[in-house]
Amino acid sequence: MVPPLDSAPSPAASAAANPVVRSPAVASPRSTRSAKRPGSGLPPRRIAVVLKWARRASQVSFIGLFLYFLCQTAFRGSFAAHADTPVRLPLPVEGFLLADPFVGAMTVLSTHTVYRGLLLGLALVGVTLVFGRVFCGWICPFGTIHHFFAWILPSRRGRGASRVAANKTHGYQRAKYYLLYAFLAAGLSGSAIGGLFDPICIAVRSIGLGVIPALQYASHKTFGTLQQVPARSVRQAADAAQDVLAQTVWQTKQFYFHQTWFIVFLLIAVLFANRFIPRFWCRVLCPLGAFLGVLARFALFGMTKDHAKCTDCNLCLVHCQGADSPQGGVKWRQDECHMCMNCENACPEDVIKFTFLPNRRSTVTRPDTGRRTALASIGAGAVFLPASRIADTLDVNYPAKTIRPPGAVEERAFLERCIRCAECMKVCPNNALHPAFFEAGLEGIWTPILIARIGYCEFSCVLCGQVCPTGAIQKITEKEKMGVGQAPVKIGTAFYDHGRCLPWAMQTPCIVCEEFCPTSPKSIWVEEVDVIVRESTPGPSGAPPGYKTVHLQRPHVDPSLCVGCGACEKVCPVQDQPAVYVTNVGETRSKTNVILLENTSYKQVS
Amino acid sequence: MWDRGGFDLARAAGTRQTRDYRVSDRDTHAELAIARAPAKSEGDDSPNPTATPLELVHRCVDALGGMRRFVSRGDIVVVKPNIGWDRMPIHAANTNPDVVAAVIRTVFDAGAKRVIVADGSCNDPNRCFQRSGIWHAAYDLGAEVVLPEEHHYRNMRLAGDVLDEWPIFTTLVEADKVISVPVAKHHNLAKFTGAMKNWYGVLGGRRNRLHQRIDASIVDLAGFMRPTLVVMDAWRVLVRNGPQGGNIDDARDMRTIVASVDQVAVDAFGCTLIGQRRENVPYLAMGEQRGLGTSLYENLRVKEV
Repeated sequence: MVPPLDSAPSPAASAAANPVVRSPAVASPRSTRSAKRPGSGLPPRRIAVVLKWARRASQVSFIGLFLYFLCQTAFRGSFAAHADTPVRLPLPVEGFLLADPFVGAMTVLSTHTVYRGLLLGLALVGVTLVFGRVFCGWICPFGTIHHFFAWILPSRRGRGASRVAANKTHGYQRAKYYLLYAFLAAGLSGSAIGGLFDPICIAVRSIGLGVIPALQYASHKTFGTLQQVPARSVRQAADAAQDVLAQTVWQTKQFYFHQTWFIVFLLIAVLFANRFIPRFWCRVLCPLGAFLGVLARFALFGMTKDHAKCTDCNLCLVHCQGADSPQGGVKWRQDECHMCMNCENACPEDVIKFTFLPNRRSTVTRPDTGRRTALASIGAGAVFLPASRIADTLDVNYPAKTIRPPGAVEERAFLERCIRCAECMKVCPNNALHPAFFEAGLEGIWTPILIARIGYCEFSCVLCGQVCPTGAIQKITEKEKMGVGQAPVKIGTAFYDHGRCLPWAMQTPCIVCEEFCPTSPKSIWVEEVDVIVRESTPGPSGAPPGYKTVHLQRPHVDPSLCVGCGACEKVCPVQDQPAVYVTNVGETRSKTNVILLENTSYKQVS
Repeated sequence: MWDRGGFDLARAAGTRQTRDYRVSDRDTHAELAIARAPAKSEGDDSPNPTATPLELVHRCVDALGGMRRFVSRGDIVVVKPNIGWDRMPIHAANTNPDVVAAVIRTVFDAGAKRVIVADGSCNDPNRCFQRSGIWHAAYDLGAEVVLPEEHHYRNMRLAGDVLDEWPIFTTLVEADKVISVPVAKHHNLAKFTGAMKNWYGVLGGRRNRLHQRIDASIVDLAGFMRPTLVVMDAWRVLVRNGPQGGNIDDARDMRTIVASVDQVAVDAFGCTLIGQRRENVPYLAMGEQRGLGTSLYENLRVKEV
């Protein structure tokens, strides 16, 4: 598909390129720079320079906003709030996900409805229809991270000619379109698995569950060491630094996430790939970029090239972000371009110009994906759901420890909606929600599960539903959750292991579980008993140990009251394998995963 | 620096650490003061009580010699309420914010430079501090509120019966004066929780193990922390389903404040409020045995105000 060269420059282009109008002397602020430029050394148009700096400012602002939202995805109490103020986050911290049209499209296909704020994605679609993939170059926080690493990482061998070669358009860039088609097909068949590859989801997941906890750990160790320095000023400075960090970036305690090493490993791998292929993620894998790339063909704003003036200096390619063929002699790939404006700024010959309603003669507007491969990817996406569901995990042998957050919809509907963005896990104040690895089956990878041993579900907390962008966890109120004047939201039921429970097996008083049980009346009740226990020391002159009577409170669960929050499991002092544990049976969202007859309502219409 | 191997070398090296904030003046003031909002006159159906918590705190503390006896000008004072649970004031599972505010105000009036309010919560601390109303109340009066953030904890050697070395919330134990403001309430395992059990809030780490010998651990803690003053909140008392409660029917308005310099005596009196007998609360006798105070509070100079 080598495009024919434009035979002659357009009149408009030659007028703009008039050296009399735009001589270095006239463009005085940049004249010294332009003297160093190779070739004709023409300075870029002022508007191109302005746009480049606007793009940089936009990137910094949006990644700042993203990180600010991410750090605010945590409830920090406030002196300003009264006792009866409902506990909610003040900011729309899930905003980036709401504005993500790939998330919107996927969940529209799987649920045939638009959930609340997801309509915001249309704004981004609109921007793309006018300006092309500006999201990738100007807004996307994950893209900005890759922009940074693609700039900082390449070795000496990754610069110069090899960088020019790497920045030419390659066939492997088609992969993202195939991924997009597969994920949308999977969405249509009922799984929002595409969230695994959504860049915003990845950024929230890997930074929120990996990078921030790791930094917290490192900072705690570092400042903890400084706190032991026998100098008051050092200690106070370390204290102050920890105070500020705890109140702005992290929370009151260290958070740990289940199997999060793999999430961080993938982040590091995809960042490291920048060493070989700049912006590997954005060019090759990103399904959101592909989604916007498909739309970019209609963009009103685009590039014109004056091929005749090109001296093949390749400066445009050195700075190109999207690998979209900005150089002369080939057609520009509009669907790949991130609209970063680097090429026009780099070009010393007035070859490249971004304008509204450009001449499209030397532009390829649509992805050059093969029809058969595209169909095959759609097929693969559609086949994914049955392939994962013929495993036993959903229909016949639902794993008992897959405890979903409170307000989660029924499991099939949940998998239609959950995009694995990890917002719920980040916001959970007790570190209770974790990314599942294969606990919820292949299809459930990185969906949220509650691991009560690490943290329990805070009784009055509904924050996970507040931040969920797709309604996999519904926005319930405290009253609905705690069951004020209605049935509470159950996420499971607690069970005692009498062989390990201290009062049951070892005649030792305990009942921390009963103390922590948050329902009223308590789901854990105690039976007062007097039992005989052998003394631990031998009797006088080697006689066998005697016996004594002890008074004990033995705990029981009332399954009709238990909400499955896991507080009992969290605080059970039997450290390794708790004597009381929660499984998901009896969860409100399921009509089949039940124990008690009274909880089964077959008349209920979902 | 030279590691000789073997177990417990480091442990044996530490000496017992205690925190004694008592004032050591000899005076003839009351040792235990009880203030109750007096009964309303006949036919008065207004829901408002006859006295505010602030007035009751004032009366109690004045009977003990006034806050100036306990707090000197320029002192850094820690006020330790019970902010253990994610419950609202109506549930009476945490110290009443009005009582905390009253104590903070009295301490500031006595000339304290800084007042720090802190506790180690059981539930999510952000939620407990906010929903107990104490954060708001303390901030309004200019007190500093310190959440139990991880970096505030440091291992200390209590050398008690069950509590040997344990992470301690340093904010609570690094001050000039410490005033304990517990709430009197029912506790299913310890029977009653008040002043002595309030010191569970200084503990970090996994304190769930301690419930196996809860009385011994309470006494260990009361021996470790000897407060300047105890102001017990019995404005509204959780009489069953303690310590967490959750049902407003479990709590009863008693409109009482008790102040003392003797933790054991306060608890011995407090347990009678929930209908408990002091003989049934084992840690009172154990504390008395260890010389932490007396459970026979009648033998002290008691003043009802």
